Order: sequence, then structure tokens, then C-alpha cells
Amino acid sequence: MTTQSVKPQGRGVSAGLHARRILAYAVLGVLCFLCLFFFYVLAVNATHNHYEILKGFNLLPGADFSKNLAATLADSSLPVLRGIVNSLLIASLSALLAIYFSALTAYGIYAYDFKLKNLAFTFIILIMSMPTQISALGFVRLIGRMGGTNRLWPLILPSIASPTVFYFMIQYMKSSLPMEIVEAARIDGCSEFGTFNRVVLPLLKPAMAVQAIFSFVASWNNYFTPALILDSKSNPTLPILIATLRSKDVASLDMGSVYMLIAVAILPVIVVYLLLSKFIVAGVTLGGVKG
Amino acid sequence: MHSMTAMRKKKKGSSISYAKYGYYFIAPFFITFILFQLIPLASTVYYSFFSYFRDGRKWIGPTFAGLANYQYLFSTDLPRYLGNTLILWLIGFIPQILISLLLAAWFTDYRLHLRGQAFFKTVIYMPNLIMASAFSMLFYTLFADSGPVNGVLRLVGLTQEGAPIRFFASILGTRGLIGLMNFLMWFGNTTILLMAAMMGVEASLFEAAEIDGCTPTQIFFKITLPLIRPLLIYVLITSMIGGLQMFDVPQILTRGSGDPMRSAMTMIMYLNSHMFSRNYGRAGAVSTVLFLICGILCVVVMRSLDTDRKEAKKK
Repeated sequence: MTTQSVKPQGRGVSAGLHARRILAYAVLGVLCFLCLFFFYVLAVNATHNHYEILKGFNLLPGADFSKNLAATLADSSLPVLRGIVNSLLIASLSALLAIYFSALTAYGIYAYDFKLKNLAFTFIILIMSMPTQISALGFVRLIGRMGGTNRLWPLILPSIASPTVFYFMIQYMKSSLPMEIVEAARIDGCSEFGTFNRVVLPLLKPAMAVQAIFSFVASWNNYFTPALILDSKSNPTLPILIATLRSKDVASLDMGSVYMLIAVAILPVIVVYLLLSKFIVAGVTLGGVKG
Repeated sequence: MHSMTAMRKKKKGSSISYAKYGYYFIAPFFITFILFQLIPLASTVYYSFFSYFRDGRKWIGPTFAGLANYQYLFSTDLPRYLGNTLILWLIGFIPQILISLLLAAWFTDYRLHLRGQAFFKTVIYMPNLIMASAFSMLFYTLFADSGPVNGVLRLVGLTQEGAPIRFFASILGTRGLIGLMNFLMWFGNTTILLMAAMMGVEASLFEAAEIDGCTPTQIFFKITLPLIRPLLIYVLITSMIGGLQMFDVPQILTRGSGDPMRSAMTMIMYLNSHMFSRNYGRAGAVSTVLFLICGILCVVVMRSLDTDRKEAKKK
């Protein structure tokens, strides 16, 4: 098929094309190997015991998955269960707040004409890439005065203002939320807030699902801010537990449960991603600029 | 398009009485932003002009100190850590942008017609969602002196028994591994963004160039690259801001020390160490320096997104 389609230029080009194709697959093969190899070793080592791991490289899974999991969960110096629960709570509530209020904000700017509309939009775009770490000092002190030290809400409530989720939502609305639908709802006597909740939100479901995943993952992976707010010994999240693990003397650790804790932090995200990758990969581009 | 303009006109005519809802709907976002971001930012900048720290159990300050914190930072470690951050970012970013451009060009080349694109995209994007701190811990265990990577090297005869490669004892090893992790986490994301941009280029341009006898290399440099320039700038600047925020990976890998010889100490790690030693004046000054740099970069990002919006409007 390829030789025919490049007929005009003759055989030389088709051989060149062939060579380029082989090179492309080779490079992609190496990159895929790099992307998968480390996580494969992680999954395999999480099923081996300490001594098998120290002996060297394990290619195939072992038999100690449940033993390692039990050891990780039972470690008295690492409140792993508490960490998992905290991480799940913070990440899922953050994601809910982020998608609901971002959709609300985006709808406010998309559907209504008001004086500060353009200013508000430009401002959100301006702060979109601003790192949150730069205000960490003021944030930690403010939370301290508000009595939020070592509580979870300081890590959840700020998600109401999520500029990147907002930007994605408003791009989605521009492409697939006709104002006629909103006007029809108004004629039917729906209140403005009711229109948003009952008519607009259901139409945004695909965008909200993708952004829920991104927000969840971002919060699940976040290490810097939680480490400043929470007590690392009694009330950690998973990234804080990883840091605690790293601060210990390696020689004293059971490597099976070390790999298990890393696996608990990483692998659930990979599993969810593989199930939904089609939507996630498609969602990556909607938030960026067009060329 | 006509229906769009008609719709906009209609919207304008009927929306005057609804204007206040615009404010109601955007209020939660802005209240939250002001409370949890803007006020903290203002107080962070404010404290950067004060001497304010904990000495043992006693708090010293806050007493106004002018630019003393900045003077101290710039005459000691800050330039070096800013340099580290830049180097670590570049080690990851240069291969990231080159490989991503190459892959995106290959994926969008209809004559090359690569199969399994969905699979490749899924795999190369995956590391982007990985918890950076856990990924770093994983690399620490895998590349440890007695870890599996050294196990493989010994197995294939590249190293001798009892003489492993001590990655974390060398500056090159540590910086290289941090760069590798950042590369792996971001090249898939960049590839997908660049692909979308390249697919947006008018196909007839490529066809015309081909008829004129352009080679794939010429097409890439003379047509593709100039046309996706706005996205390249966006990728460059957002990645630079991401690089300035680099924390989790080097913090976990080096146990917060930035060793060997603090060659992997980044700006946010420096900020973090001031936060934990409770030197709020200096933490504020480090934050303010970062804020000024990121502020300039954010304006560039906003303009790249805004021209995009204006062009869309023109169409």
C-alpha cells in the first residue's frame, strides 16, 4: 500500500519512508519501555519479601503480596491507613469543589454580560500559571490563626478557586453549550441558579468527569502544602508518609513493605488511568492553546 | 458562524437584567482566591521586609529590616539555588521538547502512518499522573547501591561485585536522575499538546510543500515549526514555571539536603527549609523573588492564551 501511494517519487523515497518508520517504532519502543519498566519493577517487588529483593533483580512476581500489604498497614511508626483515608478524603472533596465551582464561575462569565466580565476572565488567566507555593508562608500563618493547623479543610476549601479547571470548563462551554438551551429554560420559568444546576450541569458531565480526575490526581499527589499544614507523625497524607519513609535509615527498613507503600501511592492512579485513558488523553489538549 | 453572531446579539439584548447573576456566580471563586491566595501572598511579601524568626523557643521580631533579607539571600545561597533549579529544569526540558517535537511530527505525518497511536499516547502520558514524591522514592530504591538497577548492571557484567555505581554520591548521577524523572513525567504531555497544534495546521500547506519537492525535514523546519510557535512559547513558559516549582522529586531523592554538595537544592526546597526552621522573614523574601519571576512569566502565558482568544473571535 505504501509503495503505491508514493509512486510519483519512485523507489528511493519509499525505502526512505520505510527506514523512517522503523526508526519511529524503535524510538517509541524505547520510550514505552522507560515509561513502563520502573512501574513494572515496582509492582513485582511489592510482591517479594525483603531477602528476595536484596538478592538482586526480580523479573517475575513473588508470593508475598498480602504479607507485604499487612506489614505496611500494621507498621506502628507509619499510620498508613490514616494516610490513605486522609488522601482519599482530601482528593475527592477537592475534586468535587473544584469541578462544581469552576463550572459555576465559567458559566457566570460565559452566560452573563456584566461590567467586570472581561477583567475577571483576564485575571483568572493571569493567575492560572502562578504557583501556589509562593504564598505558602502567608497561607500557613493564616490557617494557624483560623485554627486550621493539622485539620483537613485548609487543604480542601481552596480548591473552590481552581483557575485551570475554570479555563477548561469555559473552553468546553464555548464549544458545546448553546445559549438557546439556557433561554428555553428561562422561558419555562427556571430560576438562574436552577437553570445552572438542572440544565447546564448535566450538559457539562463529560468535561466535569475529565477535570474531576485531573483535580483528584493533583490533590492526591500534592506534597508541599499538606506537609506544612498536617502533623507528619499522627495525621499524614500518602506523600507525607513517603517522605517519612525516606527520612528513615534504609538499612532498618523491610524493602517489601517499602515497595508496597510506594505501590499503594502510585498504582491506584495507574489503574484508574488505564481504564479511562481515552477520555483523559483527549482532555489534555482542551486546556491548552491552539497552534 | 452566522448563528453564533446572531446568538451573541440576542444574548446581549436580553441579558441586561441578568447581569447581577454574573457577579453571584463568580463570587465564590473570587472570595476563595482572595482569602486563601491573595491575602496570604500580600502577607508573605510584607514579612519579607521584616526580621522575623524563631531562635530556640523564642520568637524574634517581627522588626522592620528593609531589604536586609534580600541582601542576605543574594549574598549567600540564593543565586546558587536559582542556578541549580535552572540546570535541573534544563536537564529534563531539553530532551523533553526535542523528543516531543520528534514524536508529534511522526504521529501527525500521514505518510508515515504509524499504527498503535492510541496505545503509544496512553503509555507515554501515564507518568504525568504519577505521584512525584513516590516516583522519586521509587527511583531512590531502584538506583540505590544495592538496588535492582545495580543488580542488573552486575548481572550483565557492566560492574564488578562490591563496586556498584553510586548514583547518589555523584552530582551528575543525582542531577541526571532528577532530569530523567522530570523528562519521563512531562514528555508525553508535551507530545500530546504539540500533536494537537500540528494537526491544526492546514493540510493543504503540507501537500503544496510536498508537490514543490520539500523533504520531510524541510517541511518540519520551514512549515510546521513556524506555525506552531504560539504553542511552543506556551509549552516553554509553563514548563519554566513548573521547573521553578520543582520540589517533590529532589526533596525526596536527597532527603531534603540537596546533596551531593547541595547541587540539587532548588528554590522551593530552600523556601521549605526556611519554613521548617521558622525563619519567616527569609522565607518571605525567597517567595517574593519567585513571585516576581513567575509574575513576568505568567503575563507571557496570559498573552499567548489571549491572542489565541482574539484570533478565535476574529474567525
